[in-house]
Amino acid sequence: MDTFLQQIINGLVQGAIYALVALGYTMVYGIMGLINFAHGEVVMLGTLIAITSITFLIKAGIAVPLAALIGISLSVLACMALGWSLERIAYRPLRHAPRLTPLITAIGMSIVLQNLAMMIWGRNYMIFPPLIEKTQFEVAGASFTNVQVIIVTVAALAMGGLLWLVYRTRLGMAMRATAQNPAVAGLMGVNANRVIASAFVIGSALGAVAGVMVGSYYEIAHYQMGFMLGLKAFTAAVLGGIGNLAGAMAGGVLLGLIEALGAGYIGDLTGGFLGSHYQDIFAFIVLIFVLMFRPSGLFGEKTGDRA
Amino acid sequence: MRLWLQSLTPRALFGLALVAVALLALPFVAAMGGQAWVRIANFAILYIFLALGLNIVVGFAGLLDLGYIAFYAVGAYLWALLASPHFGLHWPFWAILPLGAMVACCFGVILGAPTLKLRGDYLAIVTLGFGEIVRIFINNLNAPLNITNGPQGINLIDPVAIGEFKFSTTSTLFGITFTGPQKYYYLLVLLALAVIVINFRLQHSRIGRAWQAIREDEIAAKAVGINTRNIKLLAFAMGASFGGVAGGIFAAMQGFVSPESFSLIESVMILAMVVLGGMGHIPGVILGAVLLSVLPEALRYAVVPVQKMLFGEVLADPESLRMLVFGLALVLVMRFKPAGLLPSPERRRELAEKV
Repeated sequence: MDTFLQQIINGLVQGAIYALVALGYTMVYGIMGLINFAHGEVVMLGTLIAITSITFLIKAGIAVPLAALIGISLSVLACMALGWSLERIAYRPLRHAPRLTPLITAIGMSIVLQNLAMMIWGRNYMIFPPLIEKTQFEVAGASFTNVQVIIVTVAALAMGGLLWLVYRTRLGMAMRATAQNPAVAGLMGVNANRVIASAFVIGSALGAVAGVMVGSYYEIAHYQMGFMLGLKAFTAAVLGGIGNLAGAMAGGVLLGLIEALGAGYIGDLTGGFLGSHYQDIFAFIVLIFVLMFRPSGLFGEKTGDRA
Repeated sequence: MRLWLQSLTPRALFGLALVAVALLALPFVAAMGGQAWVRIANFAILYIFLALGLNIVVGFAGLLDLGYIAFYAVGAYLWALLASPHFGLHWPFWAILPLGAMVACCFGVILGAPTLKLRGDYLAIVTLGFGEIVRIFINNLNAPLNITNGPQGINLIDPVAIGEFKFSTTSTLFGITFTGPQKYYYLLVLLALAVIVINFRLQHSRIGRAWQAIREDEIAAKAVGINTRNIKLLAFAMGASFGGVAGGIFAAMQGFVSPESFSLIESVMILAMVVLGGMGHIPGVILGAVLLSVLPEALRYAVVPVQKMLFGEVLADPESLRMLVFGLALVLVMRFKPAGLLPSPERRRELAEKV
């Protein structure tokens, strides 16, 4: 039983991170039907920028909480700028191009960002500076740390903020309108360029927050970390029904739980034949099964059978 | 065949002869820059193979497949298992290659069957997941039963051989000395020509037109009596079998396979070749495959001297700089040629109409 509870806790934490990254994919997809393959790299850059700036500030003698605050804000701002420029450089010129064209520029940008990061930060693992003192809690045989609690809380707050933004503000209304029908939204006075740019900027900000979480959770970071994280988050977004905000959140948490429980129990299930290194397979197998029965994800709207 | 040749104008015939001579001479010209360049040429042809296979799925049938490398992996590992000391088996190539095509074809159907209902990006992520599943299994199937030898990969794989004639060693034929890579080059050119002819014939066959119909409008295709289920499965199966054959030759040529060669980025690269060249247009796809396989290698040789010339010293890590330039090239080409470098005539017409 304690393994079960323990894996649920681990899964929730991982799932909260997936959900935040998945939101970045799903917002862009919902509005312009594009897979922003470079989003994982934005998250990676968010982590690395946070590490560098926080380490620098702490060395300069600034108190840790203040350094963390400044460093995280810097990383969020940098990622927002990056998201905005990505849209301007790689996607906006191609808005009316054939469907696969922006996918290739996205891949190109992803290669560029990854190698840029490697040129700046090198190939080595970076240590994420400890921001708060870690304390361990025990509940019913399962243990968790205050870092995990903070990650889940911040993720929940960020998601709540996003929902408020999308469902309660004028910008959010413009976003929903553009997602439904860009041409008609344009006729109603919505500036599509601004809406799309803001989707990229907000998604990247959430990505930076997620990046800081990943960094402080695993305590290390690397220029290649964005790839797998982005892949998993994208899987989560599709699992929930891509383009659907609540779906991305649910998909992220679900994926985290599936992975954690899968890793915890796969050995028992297969009589020791498959070990926990098959963890990554779970995400994809569940995805394939879900899509077999619900071809547009768990919460995705059924698209009509039209070309 | 004779009819086809007669239908060509003298000029086209002359052009064809020039291409043939260039293809024959290439490995010797490349060898002047070192055998490494012959190997690069070989890989370019292997990528033509792969890109044409993927083009059947993505270009002809319009099904976005991001896990294509899985079939390449299946073909490569099949060869590695059946012709290496790992299991002590040494089957001849004419037995393994067809088997590789068949097994990859089965994998294609296994992938295709559950994804028939999916569209566009949902299909993309499932195929991507499939590719990762295959790679993870290859990476981990070394315990409790050692099948794939895990991350270390399989070594000492037999080369392609006809009787005593091995393609891996240097030998002298008709008074000319051929190195291993050069011999593989001619083998690959022959195979690639066969693949190109098959692809042209497929595109203009009844099946090819059915694929095109599904690509343009699946509902309409169904309405005119095309069995969309079988035709889509056929696209996956045919694309996969090309991948399987290419994988087998890759294993034999390298003498070594490991899961690292079959990561997602490889699938993505092959897709980039297809899209950058011109989806669904065979000459475009060939151009894309050659460009994207040669460009990173050429950059490898160029980045250090160019940096020295510009700044007098090597400022940036050459490996990441060349990939950075490569990524930028992808973005720029798509920015200015959204339909690819050599788009198919239909695609070009559509774009012209839209503007």
